[in-house]
Amino acid sequence: MMKTSSYNYVGKSMPRIDGVAKLTGDAQYTDDIHLPGMLVGKMLRSPHAHALIRSIDVSKAEALPGVKGVVLGKEAPIMFGILPRAEDENALAIDKVRYVGEPVVGVAAVDERTALEALKLVVVDYEILPAILDPHEAMTREDVKIHKECEVANIERRATLEFGSVEEGFAAADHIREDSFFKAAITHAPIETHVALANYRDGKMTLWSTTQVPHYVHKAISRVLELPMERVRVIKPILGGGFGGKGEPFSFEFVACMLSRKCGRPVKIVHTREEVFMTHRGRHPMHMKLRTGVKKDGTITAVEFHNLLDGGSYGSYGLVTLYYSGQLLTLPYTLPAYRFDGVRVFTNKPACGALRGHGGVGPRFAFEVHLDRIAADLGIDPLEIRQKNALKPNTMTLNELRITSCGFEECLEKAGRAIGWNERRGKLPRGRGIGIAGGGYVSGAGNAIYFNPMPHSNVNISVDRGGGVTVFCGASDIGQGSDTMLALVAGEILGVRPDSIKVISADTDTTPVDLGSYSSRVTFMAGNACRSAALAVREKIVSVAAEKLGVSWETVQITDGIVSAQGCSKKPLTFAQAVVLAESKGTAIYGSGGYTPPKLGGSYRGAGVGPSPAYSFGAHAAEVEVDEETGVVTVLRLVAAHDLGLALNPLSAEGQVEGAAANGLGEVLMENHANTDSGQHACPSLLEYKIPTMLDLPDIEPILVESVDPEGPFGAKECGEGSLHPSIPAVVNAIYDAVGIWLHDAPITPEAVLAALKKEKMR
Amino acid sequence: MTVNGSQIEIGVGDEETLLETLRQRLGLTGTKQGCDLGDCGSCTVLLDGKPVLSCLTLAADVQGHDVLTIEGLAQGEELHPVQRAFHEAGAVQCGFCTPGMVLTAKALLDTHPNPDRETIRGALSGNLCRCTGYVKIVNAVENAAKVYPHGSMEGK
Repeated sequence: MMKTSSYNYVGKSMPRIDGVAKLTGDAQYTDDIHLPGMLVGKMLRSPHAHALIRSIDVSKAEALPGVKGVVLGKEAPIMFGILPRAEDENALAIDKVRYVGEPVVGVAAVDERTALEALKLVVVDYEILPAILDPHEAMTREDVKIHKECEVANIERRATLEFGSVEEGFAAADHIREDSFFKAAITHAPIETHVALANYRDGKMTLWSTTQVPHYVHKAISRVLELPMERVRVIKPILGGGFGGKGEPFSFEFVACMLSRKCGRPVKIVHTREEVFMTHRGRHPMHMKLRTGVKKDGTITAVEFHNLLDGGSYGSYGLVTLYYSGQLLTLPYTLPAYRFDGVRVFTNKPACGALRGHGGVGPRFAFEVHLDRIAADLGIDPLEIRQKNALKPNTMTLNELRITSCGFEECLEKAGRAIGWNERRGKLPRGRGIGIAGGGYVSGAGNAIYFNPMPHSNVNISVDRGGGVTVFCGASDIGQGSDTMLALVAGEILGVRPDSIKVISADTDTTPVDLGSYSSRVTFMAGNACRSAALAVREKIVSVAAEKLGVSWETVQITDGIVSAQGCSKKPLTFAQAVVLAESKGTAIYGSGGYTPPKLGGSYRGAGVGPSPAYSFGAHAAEVEVDEETGVVTVLRLVAAHDLGLALNPLSAEGQVEGAAANGLGEVLMENHANTDSGQHACPSLLEYKIPTMLDLPDIEPILVESVDPEGPFGAKECGEGSLHPSIPAVVNAIYDAVGIWLHDAPITPEAVLAALKKEKMR
Repeated sequence: MTVNGSQIEIGVGDEETLLETLRQRLGLTGTKQGCDLGDCGSCTVLLDGKPVLSCLTLAADVQGHDVLTIEGLAQGEELHPVQRAFHEAGAVQCGFCTPGMVLTAKALLDTHPNPDRETIRGALSGNLCRCTGYVKIVNAVENAAKVYPHGSMEGK
């Protein structure tokens, strides 16, 4: 593996290639597209958390002048869902609604006001059913079935995993500790709401959508609308933030298509902010129990983990969340024995799904606080107990996750040093404290969501005779900067400036398939595919250049658009001249590359979730101030050390780490996607649902740790999701250092801090 | 009204917001709608040089006033110092909050030559960003302040 310094562009900070367009208002987001004759689509949503639909009367709505079409669920009865094993949703509810806000009727009209007026004229006769909002109740209520397919009460799935000898591990322990934790739901809250624009013309559907997964939407639209895939085109324009909340096919996408097909005109549906909260698919609330055995010196001997996941009304990504929550607990510490028992239940709330750090965030919060409590029991330093149990590179976890590069110990060391761990932990004045926590995450899932033997990512690169390079890839830039990453990788290989490279992405008609932006997979997988496509192009150019220069191809270099060979007396060629030469061989210059992960993982049930070609690792150290009068916790510093393999673009990587850690700080102190007793959303606006403002956060201090992964593109692995995990427990552990209280329920509210302080004083 | 330096005469509905006028009638889609409730700040434009939420501003009330949107900030291909600083500092990710952020920052720098980080945070705290954690946005405004052409009211 070459050193970073030997690269021309990789490892050097560059601004994003779409930055200027976004800064001048030129960037076209889905809602910025306006087609002639376009109608406004709106959806009528259920006011009830759980009800049967007896009848729907749309006659008055249809008769309203300006209304061009009304659609019902029965017109598209084929079910969908992101996971093949959980296809439990309809485009619109047919005979039953399962949460407040579930779409029931779609209307297209000449303008928004008319569409809203039409919704008021729809009469739905509901038979209200008892609603289940508590996941514990969902476990046992046989009399109320949210989905009739559940064999036991409202349990979607129970997952059990066992590795090593758990009983022997506990028997060998000097100390066993048990703790319970709760982590509330949070939601993605991207600043751009969901938008779909459908245009059905000449038997072909074009859908512009705010999606992280054009390929899965492409498949789903084709199936539900019964149109062959070649007659469906899905385009993701510039996207205003996803975080997992735009990571699966949604009702509004189907409804826009259904309305456009019915009306013969383009139809756009723009979610209101309230509808974004109803659509949700955010973090699962988790009720967790941990039991861990340790030796006196802090060595872990066994871990047992119970997790109850409140899934809300539909399957979504939930089965993956369930297994991730169990599987990823074996990072970033060596566990010799481990048992997991997890259950995902249905409740009458908006469905939970994937959110940045998917599956691992709740358990990581619980385990890292639990580990600090164990360290306190044993009188061991929290940093030391982490170092003692840290995973090592080139090992296999007991649940058969293959660890290649691993910079976890370096992350611990650097985060600890930056916060002044040795000098300051336990030594700060009361009210002030520091805490540390670790984590690890996948660089993409080793298995696709639906079984298939195809590459997970594909890239085509074409070069025009002016020397212009265009990269085509299905990957979705959702703001994380994947288009810029592709330009950087192609530019490095081809020796042309990355900021001169055009990237066309996320359009199912013109770009080869990439599975989408989820599970932090894009840099690793699309980066590798792009690298191999660029190498194919480079080979064509280099071979003709070698011929022209009269040198062997190995000596040819392309640097900053100049093709030369060391020691060659002939005049170097420009990149464009070399392309013209190569093209004169008979074809235009192009190259294709794909990436398929190696076969990974065990053969046990559940082994499919968790394997990844590489894992990121991280350690965050937080410093907090706790106001004992008000209970308010202020995060003064957050050091976020993250092992991302190699920073392809340090500026962008820092931005990912800062953003993820900031999300974590919102999650631990502010955010709670709660419902009222009737199943209404408790805070469906950005005023009531509090995400961090500029005044709520410190300047997060990222530290990029480079373990140089053997299989990542130039050694890179993920950095945008794993860097969320440790921030939550680092803050909770810092609160203990500040005022001596342990908090097991997140978010940490001032009320909870005051109650814990009062309890502590009474002891 | 004046929009980005051009005189515009347009009849507006009595419930029409400035955001609707800009986006739907004038095709100035650089101004973003994030919540339509005045919570997120992404629809911020400058009205007579001061940041306002265009989703809460009635278009009719803007009669005779001067509106600057993100499309009017750069001089041809020359980015405004705030735009350039955002670009170079990595302050843009998804970009949806960016137009509102940039205009709010411009209004700050027009009146405060050398704001410290706390002042920047205070001035921009009404603009929500979910991507960046804000660090690089504050960096960008600091950097822009260093090269800001004070007194010239550039880009107005």
